Amino acid sequence: MPNGYETVIGLEVHVELATKTKIFCGCSTAFGGEPNTHTCPVCTGMPGSLPVLNKQVLEYAVAVGLASNCDITRYCKFDRKNYFYPDNPQNYQISQLYLPICRNGHVDIETENGKKSVRIHEIHMEEDAGKLIHDEYDDCSYVDYNRSGVPLIEIVSEPDMRSADEVIAYLEKLRMIIQYLGASDCKLQEGSMRADVNLSVRPLGQEEFGTRTEMKNLNSFKAIRRAIEGETERQIDIIESGEKVVQETRRWDDNAGESYAMRSKEDAQDYRYFPDPDLVPVSISDEFISDIKAKEPEFREEKKQRYIDEYKLPEYDTDIITGSKKMADIFEETVKCGADPKKVSNYLMGETMRILKEKELDPQDITFKSESLAKLIALQDKKSINGTVAKEVFEVMFFEDIDPEEYVKEKGLLTVNDEGALRTTVQKVIDENPQSVADYKGGKEKALGFLVGQTMKAMQGKADPASVNAILKELLS
Amino acid sequence: MSILYLTALELSAAIKEKKYTVEDAVKAVLSRIKESDGTFNCYITVDEEGALKEAADVQEKIDNGTITGPLAGVPVAIKDNICTEGLLTTCASKILYNFVPTFSSEAVINLKNAGAVIIGKTNMDEFAMGSTTETSHFGPTKNPRNPEHVPGGSSGGSASAVAADECFFALGSDTGGSIRQPASYCGVVGMKPTYGRVSRYGLIAYGSSLDQIGPLCKDVSDCAAIMEVICSHDPKDSTSVKRDDNDFTKALVDDVKGMKIGIPRDYFKEGLDDEVRDAVLKAVDVLKEKGAVVEEFDLSLVDYAIPTYYTIAAAEASSNLERFDGIKYGYRTEEYNGLHNMYKKTRSEGFGDEVKRRIMLGSFVLSSGYYDAYYLKALKVKALIKKAFDEAFSKYDIIIGPVAPTTAPKLGESLSDPIAMYLSDIYTISVNLAGLPGMSVPCGTGKDNLPIGLQLIGDCFNEKALIRAAYAYECAGGCYHKNFGGKDGD
Repeated sequence: MPNGYETVIGLEVHVELATKTKIFCGCSTAFGGEPNTHTCPVCTGMPGSLPVLNKQVLEYAVAVGLASNCDITRYCKFDRKNYFYPDNPQNYQISQLYLPICRNGHVDIETENGKKSVRIHEIHMEEDAGKLIHDEYDDCSYVDYNRSGVPLIEIVSEPDMRSADEVIAYLEKLRMIIQYLGASDCKLQEGSMRADVNLSVRPLGQEEFGTRTEMKNLNSFKAIRRAIEGETERQIDIIESGEKVVQETRRWDDNAGESYAMRSKEDAQDYRYFPDPDLVPVSISDEFISDIKAKEPEFREEKKQRYIDEYKLPEYDTDIITGSKKMADIFEETVKCGADPKKVSNYLMGETMRILKEKELDPQDITFKSESLAKLIALQDKKSINGTVAKEVFEVMFFEDIDPEEYVKEKGLLTVNDEGALRTTVQKVIDENPQSVADYKGGKEKALGFLVGQTMKAMQGKADPASVNAILKELLS
Repeated sequence: MSILYLTALELSAAIKEKKYTVEDAVKAVLSRIKESDGTFNCYITVDEEGALKEAADVQEKIDNGTITGPLAGVPVAIKDNICTEGLLTTCASKILYNFVPTFSSEAVINLKNAGAVIIGKTNMDEFAMGSTTETSHFGPTKNPRNPEHVPGGSSGGSASAVAADECFFALGSDTGGSIRQPASYCGVVGMKPTYGRVSRYGLIAYGSSLDQIGPLCKDVSDCAAIMEVICSHDPKDSTSVKRDDNDFTKALVDDVKGMKIGIPRDYFKEGLDDEVRDAVLKAVDVLKEKGAVVEEFDLSLVDYAIPTYYTIAAAEASSNLERFDGIKYGYRTEEYNGLHNMYKKTRSEGFGDEVKRRIMLGSFVLSSGYYDAYYLKALKVKALIKKAFDEAFSKYDIIIGPVAPTTAPKLGESLSDPIAMYLSDIYTISVNLAGLPGMSVPCGTGKDNLPIGLQLIGDCFNEKALIRAAYAYECAGGCYHKNFGGKDGD
């Protein structure tokens, strides 16, 4: 960051809600599907159709609002945002401008520079648009309304963030809250969480904000960070060269590592917002709010403390496991199946995190069954398999739906527990490696490791290393 | 007497008594249409094949006792802004010239379930914008009482189809008087129900917060029976209200003793034709003689109703009509250069002048910088008008006045002066702004054989008071089929 400037950032975060049906009709929100198969007269804007609010959308929006310390608007309305574009079948989007469902909230974040609070200006409910597919070959465009009417909330922050670190911390915090509430899976890559970055720079100490730009098309935390750094630099360069930043919307191209202008303030459309007469105003009762409060899940901090108290997990472990709702769920379910908490924790912190990182996956993408992990740990506990085999099985289990018990049987991975057979093999290894035996007897402890390895190899890995160790020591004593 | 002069209830009873078959009724209507619709142009679409097929189905259901209601086997005409599955629905606009809905409106489904047979779709002002049925892309409808005159609008096709015996009853829609005013001009009974009483699902919206579907029919008894069928709570329409008082025929009682009737002085001021005033006051006297208590009162906010209405209705229309863009259905211009040019040409060619005028007006009042001054202010006046009616209904059971200041104007007179046309809505639009039920019943004939209508206005969900008063008046001699029914028959 060049000296003398401060970056000021506010975010508009769109989150796709995890309802089974769309916001104003009964169509499925399921991802994929042949074009225009999850549609009806309402979400394709047929003449005469009318929207009816999905109550679950309201519940999720209020839940997110309460969890982010917002005031809930007790009398809220939907407004129409009018603009012509083919992905929008009515040529207006049903959104909220005048009376959004939540206002005046905040979430607390922590970065290397310490703790701070980011204020939330509002959260409003709205519908997603369809998708246009441009066919260069046929020189025409197709439209798929499967996404049209999928419920979204837009969370608008105040311009309270000053660095990419703070932005990422804020987004991670929002994502955590929303995932814990089960209101969305918040996957940036798949677009179920999208962030537009409003950014301006100003000389340090200046109170007045500089002219801001809005950056769109940010599909990962990495892209957000790069875009913030890039845009900060671009704006400072403009100011330093004596020119003025233009208020405009820009599109980030992460491959090129740069952005380009989409439209300036001068081309800004007049959306002619007005209250949608097809939807009655929503009155929210105390009871509605207290019901949602009562259904509020255990959030991260409470969970961490409980894991320490109930499962005697080290704080370090709880920090990693509760880092995503999905991991915490897997942890609890696996423990419920009878597995030792610390052993489960080790699998999640170790192997699971390693594979996620290697494959660039999100904990949300985990598909293995908690029951399978419990079975795997049980197999190890019974010494039916050893640690090396267990890791191999886990890796298979991570990507394929297998039953570890059947898998190890089928693949012949069970540890040989026949002591006689093991003794015979150990004796054979001793006989074939006189030099190592001599070294060991001469005091070289390392040589024992070699002999254990040779035995494991001869047993094709299907032995318990501890037993091998014990028998070796006994026979060499 | 010709089958065509029966009311809907009389026809249905005759079918049950096996005096007629459903097919007899349908064929009689179809041949009447062939004979006279070349002159009147009530219909945009006549579904001869569908109607005859439906007639056979309904006859079977009547015979086996599946359908027993009072509209079983009765031919009905539907205004062309009300969706009918598989049947062309154009809103009398070029932009929907080829639009065939994939679903039927809730009101139509209710009628079909009751055994009514859809004959066809009636002409109207384009997108229900107009008071004369002259803005239709399919040419004007003529008033069957006097074909040199307009039938009123926007439900002019429905009103004249009833008046011309081209159906036994019809559905219309009323945003600012579009059922009551043509009913008045054509000498039939029309009712605009309380907002929320009839589902709007499947009604192609003009002004969503004002639109309501309602019946146009031959007499008050038919009106009550049709209302019982079309009123229902529909979860597909958020503004639909759940009621347990849809038993309107219970109000068909010839007794208005002690009924308190308010007469708004402001409805009888300058601009009202003498013959209309005289006919309305004469009707009031009939009710007075039957024991109603009549009193005059002030409803001065009526002066603000027209600008308020045209602001709100146009604003909503400008947004409601955005979906007609040439992309998904309806008319698309032949040649264009890119998306925006396609939008522009399609909408310029597809919409008529009156629709364009209201889209521009509506877009203007919603524009940033003007929203507060126009749209928001109009909403405030709307609330005040509702309050003024609330006060009136704390004193009166119903309010009575004229439907329109004059009888039907001559064809071609109105479109040259849209402001004058807007002003003729003065007595009907405040009812829509306040969400109230309103009714028009014939109360006489003026010069050139043109009918005059009496307007009855009730408090929200008090349609029964209107039906009761209208029925009492009808019993005293003021109804369609007695006045006009046999005029050219036996």
